[in-house]
Formats: sequence, C-alpha cells, structure tokens
Amino acid sequence: MSTTTAPAPTLHDCRDAWVTTLIELAEADDRIVAVVNDSVGSSKLGPFQERFGERVVNVGIAEQDMVGVGAGLANGGKIPFVSAAACFLSARAMEQIKVDAAYSQHHMVLVGQSPGMAYGELGPTHHSIEDLAWMRVIPGLTVVVPCDPTETAQVLRWAAAHDGPVYVRIARMPVPDVNPEGYEFVPGKAVLLRAGADVTLAATGTAVHRALDAAELLAAEGIDARVLSVPTISPLDSEAIIAAVRETAGIVTAEEALTSGLGGAIAELLATRHPAPMRFIGATTFAPTGSVGWLMEHFGITGTGIAAAAKDLLGR
Amino acid sequence: MTVEEDLVPEVVPGAVPSDTLTVLGRVPEGASRDEVVAHLAEAARLVRRRDLQMVRAAGLGHIGGDFSVIDVLVTLYLHAMNVTPDQLDGPDRDRFILSKGHAAAALYTTLAMAGFLPQEQLRTFMQPESMLNGHPARTKIAAVEASTGPLGHGLPIAVGTAFAGKLDGSRRRTFVVTGDGELQEGSNWEALMTAGNHKLDHLCVIIDRNRLQQGARVADTNDLEPLADKLRAFGMEVVEVSGHDHSALLDVFAAVPAASGRPTAVIARTMKGHPISFMSDNVAWHHKVPSADQVEQALAELEAK
Repeated sequence: MSTTTAPAPTLHDCRDAWVTTLIELAEADDRIVAVVNDSVGSSKLGPFQERFGERVVNVGIAEQDMVGVGAGLANGGKIPFVSAAACFLSARAMEQIKVDAAYSQHHMVLVGQSPGMAYGELGPTHHSIEDLAWMRVIPGLTVVVPCDPTETAQVLRWAAAHDGPVYVRIARMPVPDVNPEGYEFVPGKAVLLRAGADVTLAATGTAVHRALDAAELLAAEGIDARVLSVPTISPLDSEAIIAAVRETAGIVTAEEALTSGLGGAIAELLATRHPAPMRFIGATTFAPTGSVGWLMEHFGITGTGIAAAAKDLLGR
Repeated sequence: MTVEEDLVPEVVPGAVPSDTLTVLGRVPEGASRDEVVAHLAEAARLVRRRDLQMVRAAGLGHIGGDFSVIDVLVTLYLHAMNVTPDQLDGPDRDRFILSKGHAAAALYTTLAMAGFLPQEQLRTFMQPESMLNGHPARTKIAAVEASTGPLGHGLPIAVGTAFAGKLDGSRRRTFVVTGDGELQEGSNWEALMTAGNHKLDHLCVIIDRNRLQQGARVADTNDLEPLADKLRAFGMEVVEVSGHDHSALLDVFAAVPAASGRPTAVIARTMKGHPISFMSDNVAWHHKVPSADQVEQALAELEAK
C-alpha cells in the first residue's frame, strides 16, 4: 500500500444516483412510473416530477394503498418504482409486499429510502434496521442493497428490466465510490473487493466501505482480510460465501441494520452447508438517541469495530 | 349451534357426486334482452350447483359468500365485461379483481363457465398442487388478474390498474368486488380516497353487501352505515341494486363509467347462501361445509329454480 496519505474520498448520497437513473429510465420507457406516499421530497424525486409530472402517482400518506396501487399499475402494463422511507414502506405495507408484490410476482420495484439509521436523532420509529431481515425471508422477492452510486444506478437499471419484484435499499448516509471502474452488478453475486486468506469481512450497503477500512487496519497488524461486498441479500451468493469460509478462518458480517439481515442470511446458509466461526456487526437493539454517525460508532459499524470483531474471531 | 361447530364434516370421496359443469359460455352476440337474462340465470344456477359440489368434495370453502356473489360474477364474465379467453393479454381488456378472495370457488366456477378455465380443473379444487388454491393466485391461473385472500388488497390494486388505464387513455374498465365486512380494513378507504381524488371514473367498485361477516352480522361487529353516504363523501357515484337481479346488474354495469370524473360504487344487496333456504342470510354458513343430506336438499332447491 502507498504510504502517502490519500485525500479524503468524495462522499455521495445515493439518492442522487437514484433520481438521475430513474429519469434516464423514464426517458427511454414510458411504462416507468413512480409511486410515492407524499415522499417526493424525501425520495429526491423533484427533478423527476418536473419532467414526468403525470407519471408520479402520489397516494398521500397511505403505504398499504401505495404498494397495492403499484401492483395494479403493473397489472395495467406499467413498471412501478414504489419509493418511500424504508421504515414505512417495509413495515406499514408488509402484507402488500408479501402478497401483492412477491406472491403475485409482479414486475415492480420497491425502493426503500433513507434506510438503516439514516434518520439518526429522529429515533427508532424512523429507523429501518429491521427491513433486511423482514424482506429477505419473503419468498420470491429479490433484495438488493447497493453500496455506492455506480451500483445504485446499475441495480435500478437491472430491476427496471427484471420481470419480478425487487426491494432496493437506497443509502442516504453518504458513501464513497467503492466499486472499481468497469464494475458490473450481477444479481445474486457477491463482489470480491479485496483478496485475503486470514478472515472474511462480508458487508452490504453503507458498511462496505467500512469493511474496506477494517481490512486496512487489519493489514497494519499483519492480518490478511478478504472483503466481500454482498449487494444481493436474497438470493444470497452461496458459492462465494462458502468459498470464503473454506479459504479463510471465518466471516465477520457488517450492515447498517439488525444483524439478522445479511448476518442472519449467511448464518442460515453456513449452519447447513459449512459451519464456520462468525461475528456479527450491526444494530442489536433499538437505537438510543443520537446522530447517524454517532449511532454507527455506538454499534461498532466502523472500520475499527469490524476490525475488532475480526481479531476476536481469530483469537487475537 | 355456534358458528364454529361442525365446519368440516368428514368427506367420503365416493359419496361425493363427481359432477361436471355444463359450460354455457358467454351470452351469444345479438341475444335479446330476455335471452341474455335467461342465459345468465341458467349459468348462475349451474355455477351454484357445481360450487356446492366442489366445496363438499374439498371439505373446505366459503359457500355463503360464494352464493352471495355468483350472480355478480356471472353477469360480469358472461356479458358485461369486455374480456374473452382469447384476449387475456390484451391491454385494453376489462379487468376483474375478486378482492374477497375467499369466494374463490365461485370465481373458478364462473371462469370455467365463461371458458377461461377447463371445467375438468374444477375437480381439483384445493387438492395438492392444484391451480385452484383456496384463494385465487394470478401466478396459477392466467385469467386471475390479482392474487387475493387477505382482505383489503383488491381495491388498492384495482385503483392502480384503473390509474394505468387513465394514463394510457384507455377505455377499459376495472371491476373489483369487495365484501362488506371487508370494508372494515382501512386500506380500502385509502384506496377509495385515491380513486376519488384522481377521478378514476373507469373504476367500478362492487360491494357484496350481504351484511354478514365470518363471526356475526356486520352491523353488530363494526357497522358500515351510512355506507352510501360514506362512499359519496369519498367521491364515488353510488348505485344500489339487488345483487341477485341479473337484469338490474346488466343495466348498472353497462352504465360504467356512470359519471364523468367519479368512480362507480355499486352496493349490491345480497344474501349470503342465496337462494338455499337453510343457508340464506345465515351467519353459520360463512365457511361451513354441507353434509351429504344438505347437498341433496340444496341441489333439489336449485333444480326447482
């Protein structure tokens, strides 16, 4: 590694990539519509609304209606992007997501905005730490968590073309560019961001760049950590995960969510296919009051926290 | 007797008449008004007959709510709606959504009567791997527009379908049947607000107003009245009609869209279990399965119609 101090990376709000991509998709395909619950502002859909006003279906503060209407729009030949704060979309409309989207296998995209603990001080009512655990257990629903703007755009383009229901979690907490130039998102595939033979750090969304930070810290201590970015929580890339535990001592999972999301998914896989030591980094309780940055520190969803879990796994 | 007693009597497969359905198909083009009504009446009689046997054979089903909605279904599928089995992918086909999905047997039998489903399939109702699940699924049957079962789902979906039609400037109409007890689910009122505010006048919401829900009368549970006033307040054009009068239903459905800028809400006054003497308007028959004797009596009553 270079010994010079790298400049601080530019950070991005992935919602900007979301709205830019949705506008591109809508320009190319008039079936694309946005369905919102008074969430034009929080979804940063202002520029989309200016361009395609009549293609914004705003049902007001009514999440069950919002997802049902999305399914109906799909029945009517549209490709709905149902966009709302992840906390309300996932919890308030859970049965509609289960029945109207997943069981019905409608071509629709559920877009969970400002997820995890992005709403910081607003508290656990507005946090969406449960969504990954809830969404990943619904059969037939693809669950994707992009980790940077490039991946956000690619996932949305893929979902627009994919004839089935998809839940996409869009980060509000700023993230750096993580994936290398030329990266192409492949649904259901994990991404090897850093090779390593001692321990595996498997992370998703806003935790991916933190796992890379952890690998740097571990390298300084002579620990060779592999970093797997796992954008698709369901279906999980079982091959990459199992290869990782065969080739390293175990897995530390990291996510801006309850550890039953990515962590739970990997634990279920390994329990039956290849039991291996694991550590889980993520939220474990409703959050105390605090900013999102403070909360990430509180739960140890940081380079330092992930590195500490890896050392604990290795007994160092 | 309490409602919960004797819901699923033991079914002896050999004792169940393995009937077939005489498929009448859609009312022929050019039929006179009297011929249309006679066709629908006979179709409804045959659908009820087959439905009764399906529920008896499966040992499961919701016969009370099936029988309250069959006349509406038959009128829609055999005449009122612009949809035929050979244009199931047609973007401008009229849409139908059975939000009260527990009346699945009534829908399946009607779909078979209209030629959307091979009538032989009816024998498989709720059998392992059958496409005829206890609640309709769009992934199992091409003619089913929406998977339903949990109450309060069909109307929001219908609003989305109607919204898509409006965006496309299509003349297609979207019909959705909800139960009346089902309107206790708040999602319906979210959807009605959306439909009214967005002036989805090609949407027709039909309320199967049989006044009974699973456990008791709607009025004794969480009353809906004044229902027509509520629907009007949400922007609906409200029509009240006997839900068992094919002729009256024909007029109501032919008039949709009934008012420019206002969705139509049809309060279809019905009887659960209609027209069987011992089932009609009887809360016990929500999902009770008839005994062999009761099947015979009910068939005899239908024969006499």
